[in-house]
Amino acid sequence: MTKRTHFDVIGKPRRRVDGRAKVTGQTRFADDIVLPRMLHARLLRSPHPHARIVAIDASRAERHPGVHLVLTGKDFPVSIGILPVSQDEYPLAPERVRYVGDPLAAVVARDEQTAGEALDLIDVTWEILPTIGSPQEALARPDVRIHDYNDVGNIHRNQSYQFGDVDAALAASDHVFEDLFFFEGNTHLAIEQHASVAAVDGEGKLTLWSSTQVPHYVHRQMARALAVPEAHIRIIACPNGGGFGGKTDVCNHEAVVLKAALMLGRPVKICLNREEVFYMHRGRHPVLMKFRTGVSNDGRITGMHLQTLLDGGAYGSYGTASTFYTGALTPVTYELPRYKFEGCRTFTNKPPCGAKRGHGTPQPRFGQEIQLDKIAEKLRLDPAELRLNMVAKPNTLTANWLRIGSIGLAECIRQVVDRSDWKNRRGKLPEGRGLGLACGAYMSGAGLSIYWNKLPHSGVQLLIDRSGQVTVFCGATEVGQGSDDVLAGIVAEVLGIDPFEVRCVTGDTALTPIDLGSYSSRVTVMMGNAAIEAAGKLRALLADVAAAQLQTAPEHVVLAHGRVFRAGDPGKSLSFKEVVVLAEAKHGTLGAVGSYTPPKPPGRYKGGGVGPSPAYSYTACIVEVEVDRATGWIHVPKIWIAHDIGRALNPVLARGQVEGSVYMGLCEALMEEQSFRRLPPKLSHALVHRAPSMLEYKSITALDMPEMDTVLVEDPDPNCPFGAKEVGQGPLLPVMPAVANAIFDALGIRIDELPITPDKVLKALARKAKGENPRVGPDHFPEVPYPEPMLVPPPWEGGDGNSVEPAARAGRVREVAP
Amino acid sequence: MTDTQSAPGGARRNLRMVLHVNGEDTEVLFAPYKTLLEVLREDLGLTGTKHGCELGECGACAVLVDGLPLLSCLVLAVECEGKAIETVEGLARGPTLHPLQAAFADLGGAQCGYCTPGVLMTAKALLDGDPDPCREKIREAISGNLCRCTGYQQIYESIEEAARRMRADAAQSGSCPCCEGTAP
Repeated sequence: MTKRTHFDVIGKPRRRVDGRAKVTGQTRFADDIVLPRMLHARLLRSPHPHARIVAIDASRAERHPGVHLVLTGKDFPVSIGILPVSQDEYPLAPERVRYVGDPLAAVVARDEQTAGEALDLIDVTWEILPTIGSPQEALARPDVRIHDYNDVGNIHRNQSYQFGDVDAALAASDHVFEDLFFFEGNTHLAIEQHASVAAVDGEGKLTLWSSTQVPHYVHRQMARALAVPEAHIRIIACPNGGGFGGKTDVCNHEAVVLKAALMLGRPVKICLNREEVFYMHRGRHPVLMKFRTGVSNDGRITGMHLQTLLDGGAYGSYGTASTFYTGALTPVTYELPRYKFEGCRTFTNKPPCGAKRGHGTPQPRFGQEIQLDKIAEKLRLDPAELRLNMVAKPNTLTANWLRIGSIGLAECIRQVVDRSDWKNRRGKLPEGRGLGLACGAYMSGAGLSIYWNKLPHSGVQLLIDRSGQVTVFCGATEVGQGSDDVLAGIVAEVLGIDPFEVRCVTGDTALTPIDLGSYSSRVTVMMGNAAIEAAGKLRALLADVAAAQLQTAPEHVVLAHGRVFRAGDPGKSLSFKEVVVLAEAKHGTLGAVGSYTPPKPPGRYKGGGVGPSPAYSYTACIVEVEVDRATGWIHVPKIWIAHDIGRALNPVLARGQVEGSVYMGLCEALMEEQSFRRLPPKLSHALVHRAPSMLEYKSITALDMPEMDTVLVEDPDPNCPFGAKEVGQGPLLPVMPAVANAIFDALGIRIDELPITPDKVLKALARKAKGENPRVGPDHFPEVPYPEPMLVPPPWEGGDGNSVEPAARAGRVREVAP
Repeated sequence: MTDTQSAPGGARRNLRMVLHVNGEDTEVLFAPYKTLLEVLREDLGLTGTKHGCELGECGACAVLVDGLPLLSCLVLAVECEGKAIETVEGLARGPTLHPLQAAFADLGGAQCGYCTPGVLMTAKALLDGDPDPCREKIREAISGNLCRCTGYQQIYESIEEAARRMRADAAQSGSCPCCEGTAP
């Protein structure tokens, strides 16, 4: 199927199948759902960052007119969590709160107003506990424990991997570069606030409509939280009003409305307000990074040692995976013979961090791409040439055993270099103006599920009948990226019909085969491959019955434009519907299923499950800046971006994903920060968000957004449906370091931390004027008690993908063996 | 034309009022503290209008009141008596999409679709006043509507394409796109 060169649907710019609903206001988001007798819930959230709940008295709230139910932690004895290794959160905190905003009670009332009034009538007696505000404090105060289930102090995850002897590689290098970087946390800021509606159906079973990207994972966790069989709960993922990872966790409020609906026998709705969304967070981890990189005189990397320290916030969330991701994808862009990665995630008394677009990889990408710029500067090499000389090769393994298939990075670099006139302009623009280049890579879907199983990652079911209607069922979730359009487009291409003839039923655990969710840029590849399989089976069946009518062989039957032809004879054809009728007469009721399981990852070491993917996408980006030396204000007039997408299934949507990523990356580069401050002691020392509103938490508006020059580089990947790789996350990655590198080109200053705000520019300029190191960024990496590294020889050093015992330990084993 | 009556089972008194929404007079009973946003969504069932902050920061709730884009989360419904309110539900003419709607659907102006109704209404006010706005004027007009998906470029292009289609339609029918009247 991927070898075909002519397509009727694939690759053609077209209106998305759900476009009409979106522009008429008919798309039904979770908060748009209204049911008869529906009640409304609000959550009581902790005003303290760390406290013990000594007592809760809800009697006044329960007596408030219009209140139907008050729930507290005792109603939820079972903990939940998106990852099986860190189910450390309760729908309502039973005995301890760990961040400002941690929910501990819920009121269900006739309307939101009444529920809100009743929250003020819940009396809580607190015992205030000491707080941890940063990873540095977390390491320094192991006595103040936020959780008890982790091994030591406030270290949530701690891991170390060594792929070849990096110290030896660095010792033998012509140059060793050591650099520190800091990436501040930021949040998703989807315009839709999280909402959920729960109801008991006529059979006594539960339904939850929710703004979630992961109905399957929510399904599993809700069954656990409520002790109700999964088969008796139905999760319907409504189209999301933007997700960006912010709706990939299981949410406290989802369990609360389900429980309330179950107890009251009435529908219950909740919609978080904007401040609550900021405090629920689950977004980008703040990460401190140290890179030690060996380089040869010709600019080739000999080895890299990366250390990361993550501020995880109060709960596990996706943090275990996030920690791995701060190191896992570093080796997939450029040839890297040896690599050591140490990562540590700490708990702090702040809202939990989790997954945001790029999940854990934008932070090290920021450091890596700035360091490459510094290397090029030192070695007097062109930063584009430096990268082109060491782009990873297709169909190879990386040092950490990831299998790279197609790689269009070199073409991406060439595209942005040519289109921006880089060679004539970089380093030659007037003072204050500059160009910066950076690259990135991302996976087209995580190779493993978040819970261990041998099951497919995506399933598609297809029904057709004598009416000619085609209905496709899949658990995938439309979050704005266009997953319904991908599904309809692929089915339409295979069956030779118009995409608008395909009805999509998606994201409903009662009706649709399981798809793991809209995260890790997995939907196009995994759902798409499953859809090709299902549609291919039906196509074969239709071609078979049509062949008899058209007096030809099935392989000479063509399905196109809603008709079925004999190849080379457009005069002789049947309508699609006529062929379906023939097939139904011959075979009975028609349907087919398809499923997709990613290839087995080559890395067999423990922890090697994070990073493998069926395919990697690549991006190159050049940013132009104009910086005002007097104010430090950074103006970005233009951005060039080229993305290696494999194939663009619908170029309108693909371009939208690239440009949306550029926008979000630029926001992270210049202004967005999810940062916290301690209130004075008399105000409880609370760690509160500095800017929990859309006015104060700055994002780029239409007035600030630069012109974008977007290129889609198409080199179809054999693992992907029609060759299409991911596009939703990868293009964000190079934007932030490209901005930093452009500022260096403009002013000769280095800003090694995000966001790059005018005050930092002025600080660096002042240092430059005084003859000091013209840099702003972290100057200290704390002592982190990383464990002994797991030793995994890279493929070219005789490894088989497994870890090996260190020589000393192996020796001891031999001594005791008979 | 307003009167109040007590809500069943509660002390609060609701307000009865006639609102002129999408060209129709609609009688509605609502709590007097409610914003226009809440009355549209909760009491009139017009959930096409969205909310992202309810503090006047994101623009998702923009509707037209007497032709001007207003943030419906900052307007009390009681203030809107006798005014012409337009929401996204009133944009299409029967089965035919408004040119703005068609262009947004065709050109990627709507991704998740959540900010879209507010952007569409703001853009309609712009094109009603200026059938051929330059890019800068478009940027200025929608700078109060936050979109997290598109990076805005496909929104500008959608508005420009809609303006082109509307001018072409107007030229063909000889009517003025601003006032929907017939040009002299």
